[in-house]
Amino acid sequence: MGVTLSVPADAGRRRIEQLLQDNEERVLRRWQEIAGSSSTGNVDRADLAAQLRELFQALLQSLGEGGDSSDLRGLLAELSRNRARQGFTPSETAIVVFGLKEAVYEFIETDGSPEALRGFVWFSQLIDDLGLFTIENYSAAREKVIVDQAEQLLELSTPVVKLWEGIVAVPLVGTLDSARTQVVMEKLLQTLVDTGSEHAVIDITGVPAVDTQVAQHLLKTVVAARLMGAECVISGIRPQIAHTIVTLGIEFGDIVTKASLADALAHALRESGVEFVSRRTRVAVRTEEG
Amino acid sequence: MTTPTELPINGNNDVVLVRQHVRTAAVDVGLSLVDQTKVVTAASELARNALVYAGGGRVRVEIVQNGLRKGLRLTFSDEGPGIPDIEQALVDGWTTGGGLGLGLSGSRRLVDEFDLKSAPGEGTLITVTKWAR
Repeated sequence: MGVTLSVPADAGRRRIEQLLQDNEERVLRRWQEIAGSSSTGNVDRADLAAQLRELFQALLQSLGEGGDSSDLRGLLAELSRNRARQGFTPSETAIVVFGLKEAVYEFIETDGSPEALRGFVWFSQLIDDLGLFTIENYSAAREKVIVDQAEQLLELSTPVVKLWEGIVAVPLVGTLDSARTQVVMEKLLQTLVDTGSEHAVIDITGVPAVDTQVAQHLLKTVVAARLMGAECVISGIRPQIAHTIVTLGIEFGDIVTKASLADALAHALRESGVEFVSRRTRVAVRTEEG
Repeated sequence: MTTPTELPINGNNDVVLVRQHVRTAAVDVGLSLVDQTKVVTAASELARNALVYAGGGRVRVEIVQNGLRKGLRLTFSDEGPGIPDIEQALVDGWTTGGGLGLGLSGSRRLVDEFDLKSAPGEGTLITVTKWAR
């Protein structure tokens, strides 16, 4: 060990660079093998091989140009972003980088000189740095995906639909937090104005639990709609939700609530003076007349 | 028997996670749909209380057994300012945070056992248990 440590660091580094350049093709092939075997089936081998070749060239270049690794880092960032979007695990992404360590180590062993071993410590640190860089980029890309999805979800999950002339409905699905209530309330009030509706149905069939916060948000929305001259019906109160609301002690006051959206629509239609006559009855009447 | 799990409560997302976790545990214990919803709602209230009044805390979810009966026990703890007057805090409609004032008192009704320990400056510890019928 004493021999190894007495080798100057830059001598080791030069030896590694030499080794990488001399065995360029062989190291690359070994790296491609290692990275390929550790990835699951959904990876395109030819694609991966091309990516690794590019990375390897960039690595050699960065070694040659006295440590300018911006090209290499750019490529790594792209690779980790792509992998994050395609749903690779962090390990599958990191192993691509760390695989090079294993590939190079096999050549160091064959070489066996103190310089090479000293150099490998340096090389190891370099790869670790690049690995961490890759993971950081990977999780940044993942977080971006999550943020994008959350935004899309907020938009998606709050449609206001017109059920009838003068009747609109908001089917709520999922968790009702302050941010979503805000979006729901704004959309509902705007739709009431746009369509000139006087009835709104808020359907909570898709809300898994109604706690005091959800109830408070619902109450506020109803009051806001009332201020604009529209009556709200809350529908989709399932038995377990009714049970929970009563036990919690929440009072909906004079707000009309219904078990199903159909009941709520029937109620709103009745309120707005629309009456339905079943067709069979009408046919029967006609026969009598005939 | 599953081991107890501890979940952090540091944001609104954590409240959602707590709710989901409690629901899964409630199904495992064999609570009826009504009781599942009740315990999930209580968990939601207490987790939000920890978040709003103490700035965060954690919850321990465990499955307990009493003879043949299985139950779900939730322990909420925080290092917040604590509750100065517990009796008043448990009165329906009493709130210092702009809510409906039913979270704490309502949660007590939603579960079978409710234990509240708190003192000003010492945080709050709430243990609730719901037994399967």
